[in-house]
Amino acid sequence: MSLSLSILLTIALAPLVGAILAGLFGKLIGRAGAHTATILGVAIACGLSFYVLYQLVWGGAQNFNQDVYTWFEIGRFHASVGFMIDRLTAMMMVVVTFVSLLVHLYTIGYMAEDPSYQRFFSYISLFTFSMLMLVMSNNFMQLFFGWEAVGLVSYLLIGFWYKRPTAIFANLKAFLVNRVGDFGFLLGISAILYFMGTLDYQTAFDHAPELVGKTLQITQNHAWDAATVIGILLFIGAMGKSAQVPLHVWLPDSMEGPTPISALIHAATMVTAGIFMVARMSPIFELTDAALSFILVIGATTALFTGLIGIVQNDIKRVIAYSTLSQLGYMTVALGVSAYSGAVFHLMTHAFFKALLFLGAGSVIMGMHHEQDMRYMGGLRKYMPVTWITMWIGSLALAGTPFFAGFYSKDAIIEAVGESHRWGAGYAYFCVLGGVFVTSLYSFRLLYMTFHGKERFTIEHKAHGHGHDAHDDDDHHGTPGVLEHAPHESPWVVTVPLILLAIPSIVIGGLTVGPMLFGDWFGKAIHVNEANDVLAELGHEFHGALAAGLHGFAQPPFWIAFAGFAVATYIYLFNVALAGKIKNALKPVYELLDHKYWIDELYFAVFAKGGVKLGEGLSKVGDTAIIDGAIVNGSANLVQRIAGGVRRLQSGFLFHYVFAMILGLILLLGGYWLIGQ
Amino acid sequence: MITLSHYIVLGAILFCIAVAGLFINRKNVIVLLMAIELMLLAVNTNFVAFSRFFGDVGGQVFVFFILTVAAAESAIGLAILVLLFRNRSTINVAEIDSMKG
Amino acid sequence: MNTDLLQLICFYLFAAVAVIGALMVITVKNSVHAVLSLVLTFFSMACVWLLAEAEFLAVALVVVYVGAVMVLFLFVVMMLDIKQEVVREGFIRYLPVGIVVAVVMLVEMLAMIGVKAMHAHTLGPNPAGNSNVAWLGQALYTDFLLPFEIAALILTVGIVAAVALTLRQRVGVRHQTASQQVEVQATDRVRVIKVATEQMASVSPAPAPVVDPTQENAK
Repeated sequence: MSLSLSILLTIALAPLVGAILAGLFGKLIGRAGAHTATILGVAIACGLSFYVLYQLVWGGAQNFNQDVYTWFEIGRFHASVGFMIDRLTAMMMVVVTFVSLLVHLYTIGYMAEDPSYQRFFSYISLFTFSMLMLVMSNNFMQLFFGWEAVGLVSYLLIGFWYKRPTAIFANLKAFLVNRVGDFGFLLGISAILYFMGTLDYQTAFDHAPELVGKTLQITQNHAWDAATVIGILLFIGAMGKSAQVPLHVWLPDSMEGPTPISALIHAATMVTAGIFMVARMSPIFELTDAALSFILVIGATTALFTGLIGIVQNDIKRVIAYSTLSQLGYMTVALGVSAYSGAVFHLMTHAFFKALLFLGAGSVIMGMHHEQDMRYMGGLRKYMPVTWITMWIGSLALAGTPFFAGFYSKDAIIEAVGESHRWGAGYAYFCVLGGVFVTSLYSFRLLYMTFHGKERFTIEHKAHGHGHDAHDDDDHHGTPGVLEHAPHESPWVVTVPLILLAIPSIVIGGLTVGPMLFGDWFGKAIHVNEANDVLAELGHEFHGALAAGLHGFAQPPFWIAFAGFAVATYIYLFNVALAGKIKNALKPVYELLDHKYWIDELYFAVFAKGGVKLGEGLSKVGDTAIIDGAIVNGSANLVQRIAGGVRRLQSGFLFHYVFAMILGLILLLGGYWLIGQ
Repeated sequence: MITLSHYIVLGAILFCIAVAGLFINRKNVIVLLMAIELMLLAVNTNFVAFSRFFGDVGGQVFVFFILTVAAAESAIGLAILVLLFRNRSTINVAEIDSMKG
Repeated sequence: MNTDLLQLICFYLFAAVAVIGALMVITVKNSVHAVLSLVLTFFSMACVWLLAEAEFLAVALVVVYVGAVMVLFLFVVMMLDIKQEVVREGFIRYLPVGIVVAVVMLVEMLAMIGVKAMHAHTLGPNPAGNSNVAWLGQALYTDFLLPFEIAALILTVGIVAAVALTLRQRVGVRHQTASQQVEVQATDRVRVIKVATEQMASVSPAPAPVVDPTQENAK
C-alpha cells in the first residue's frame, strides 16, 4: 500500500490553516479561539504524522515521492512543490509535530498574560508549517523555501517582544548571520543545478555518482572537486541554520525570544534542519572526504568550545542555549564521520530532552516571576517539584547517563568517531570526549544552582498587588533576587508537556537505538559508502539496548561524565565558595569564556563596524557624491546650467532669432562652398 | 544678351539687401515685414529665371503660389501688427519679448 | 540697335532701380517712404520678369502686391501713430553689422552659384510659345489643380484670420439690430391685463408699465 497524498497535504496544511486563523482573524476568534485553532491544526498534523510513520515502519507502505504542484517553469528548469516521504522524513515529521504540539500546549500557560497571544500562536503554527515543508520536500527549491520560511519565523519570534531593544538586536543578528549561511546554501543549490541540471532530490541523488571527477574552476590555478564544493557550500548553509562555529553567535542571543520558541525552534527543530539536510544529502556528501572532514572539524570545535562557555553562564536559558550548540556540534561530528543515522538519532533524542530542558527552564522562569539569573535561584525543588524532577531527567539524558535517551545517541557518536579514520577524527575524538565532561559539568551546575542549595532570593510582599502582568516588560522587578511572591509550581498546561517530554527522554533511546542505528531502518534514505560505514562496525558489537546500557558503565565516556557530575556536585552543592576561588584563580580562562572567545567582539569590530564603515563610505562616495551629486543632481545641474546658458539665447526678440537663422544660412552656404571647392 | 546669371545675381543682391534690412531695422516691424517681402521677391525672381531656363512651368506655378501665400501672410502679419499696436501702443520689436526664456 | 543689347540695357536699368528701391526700403526714415520705395522695387522687378517673358506673373505681381498688399501696408503705416525716433534707434549701430553680413552672404552665394560658369547659359527660346498665360493656366488647372484650390482656401483663411484678429467688440456702444426690429410682433409690445373693477385699489398693486425688451434694446 502507499501513502495517500491527501493525508500528507493535511499534515502540511493544517498548521498553516491554524496560523492563518490565529494570525489574520485573531481579534475575531479571541484568545481561546486562537489556541484552539492552532492546537487543533498541529494535533491533526501530529496524529497523521504518527500514522504515516506507523504505515512506513509497520504498515509496509512504500516511500512516497511525488510532485504535487508546479510552482513555476523557466525553460527546462522546473520548480515544483512535492513530497518525499521516507522513514527519515516521517521521523522528522513526528519529532517536529510532537514537540510543536507540546509547545503549543505549554504556551497556553507561558504566554497567558501576554497581549500578543494570538500573534504568538500564529507564528508557532506558521513555523510548524514551514518546518514540515522543509522536511517533506522532494526538491531543493522547496527545501530552500522551507529553510527561509523557518528563518523568517525564527526572526519574528526572537523579536516577538519587539519593544525590547535587545530582542530587536538579537533577531537582527540571527537574521544576518543566517544570511551568511543561506548565501552558501544558495550557492550550493545553484552548483547542484549547474552540475546535475535538476533540483529534484531523487534525480539528483541518482546522478550524484556522475559528479566524481568533475571540477570547478574557482581560483586561477586550482580546479576544485565539484562534490567537495557542493558539499562545503551546502554545509555552510547548515552552519548558519544549525549554529556551528563560527556562525553560532546568533543562537545564544536568540534566547531573547519567549521560552517556548527557544524550546521549539532554537533547540528541538529548526536548528536541526541543517543536520537533517546533510543527512538527506548523504548521497552527495559521501562523494567527498574533504567536505566531510571540514564538517567533522567544525562540528568537533562547536561541540567542545561552545560547551565550555556554558559553564560560566548565569542565565538559565543561555546555559541551555550553549548546551544546544554543543549538542548540535555532536550531531555535526556524527555527520562528519558518515554516521548520518547517528546524527539523526541524536537529533531525535536531543529534540525531546532539550525541549524538555527549555520548557523546564521556562517553568522555572515563570515560577521565579521572570527572573532568569541562576545566581538568584537555588532551593527551588520544594516549590516546583514536577519541574525539578523532569529537569533532572532531561539533564541526565543530556549528560549521557546509561539507559537514558541521550546515552545511546551520544555514545554511538563518540564510538563512531573513535572508529573513523577520516582526517580530523583524532581531534574530533578528543573534542567529543572533552565535551562529555563539559556537558555533564554545566548540566549539573544548572540543576544545583537552580533547584538545590540555599535560596538566594528573598520574598517581599509589596503593597501594589498587580503582580506579574506584562511579559514584554522584562524589568518589572526592581532589584534582582527580590521576589514579590514565593516561587510556585506552574499550571498543568506547563507541567503536562514536561511530563510528556520526560517519558521519551528516558525511553526513546533504548527503544529505537537498535533499528535506527544498526538496523536498516532508514533504508535508502541515508546512503553510506561501504568503506565509511563506521556504524556498521559498531553494529557488530551491539547486542541490544540493555546490554549496551550495562556496557556503558564500563566505558570512558560514562566515567568522564561522572567526573563532571562529581566536580559539579562538589563545587556547587557542597563547597559553594570554591566556585569563586576557581574563578579568581583561572581569571584569564574565565574571561575568555565569559566573553565567548571575543568572537562577538571580533564580528562587531570586523564585520559590523566594517560593514558600517563600508556602508558609510559607499553612502558618502557612492550615493551622496556619485549618485546624488554627480548623476542625479549633477545631471539636473548640468541641464540647468546649459539651460541657463541657452536661455540667454532665447531673448524673446524676434530679430535675434532671425539673426540666428541668417548666421546659420551663412555657415551653411560657406560650408557647401568649402566642400564644393 | 541676358543670361541666367543676371537674374540669379539680381536675386542674390535683393536677398542680401533684405537681410541687411533685417539687421539694421531691428525696431520697426513694418520694415521687417517689408524686408521679408523683398526676400520673397528675390526668391521668386530665381524661380522665374530657372523656369524660363529649363522650360519648366513648375517654377512659375510655384511663384504663383508663393504670391498667394505671401499675400495671405502679409494680411495676417499686418493684422497682428495692428492688434499689437492696439494693445501695447508700440511696434518696437525690442519691447516685444514675452517669448523670453 | 540689336534686340539683345536693348534687352540687356533694359535689364540693367530695371535691376538698378530695383536695387536702389530695395536699399531705400531699408534705409529711409519715414515708413511711408519705405513702402513707396518697396512699390518701386516691385514695379521694377515686374519689369525684369517681363524681360524673362513671364508676363502673367509680372502683371500679377503688380496687381496683387502693388495694388493690394502695398496699399494695405500703406494703410497700416498711416493708421498707426509710430514714433520715428524710437523706431529708428540703433540704426547706426547695427549698420556695419548688417552690411558685413549682407556682403559676406552675397559673396558666398555668388561663389557657390558659380556666376562665371552660369554666364554662358542664355535663357534660350521661350517654352511658353506665344501665350505665357495659356501655358501657366494649362498647368495650374490640370496638374496643380488641388494646390490651386488649397491656395484659394488659404486666402480665405487669411481673410477670415485678419478680420478675426482685428475685430473688436466695443463695450458701451449702442447698435440697432435690424433683424429684431423687423421680426417684432404686436403681442411683444402690448399686454392686455384684466383688472377686477370692484377690487380694492390698495389690495391689488397697480400693474407695472409694460416695457418690451427688444424696444429697449433698439433705442
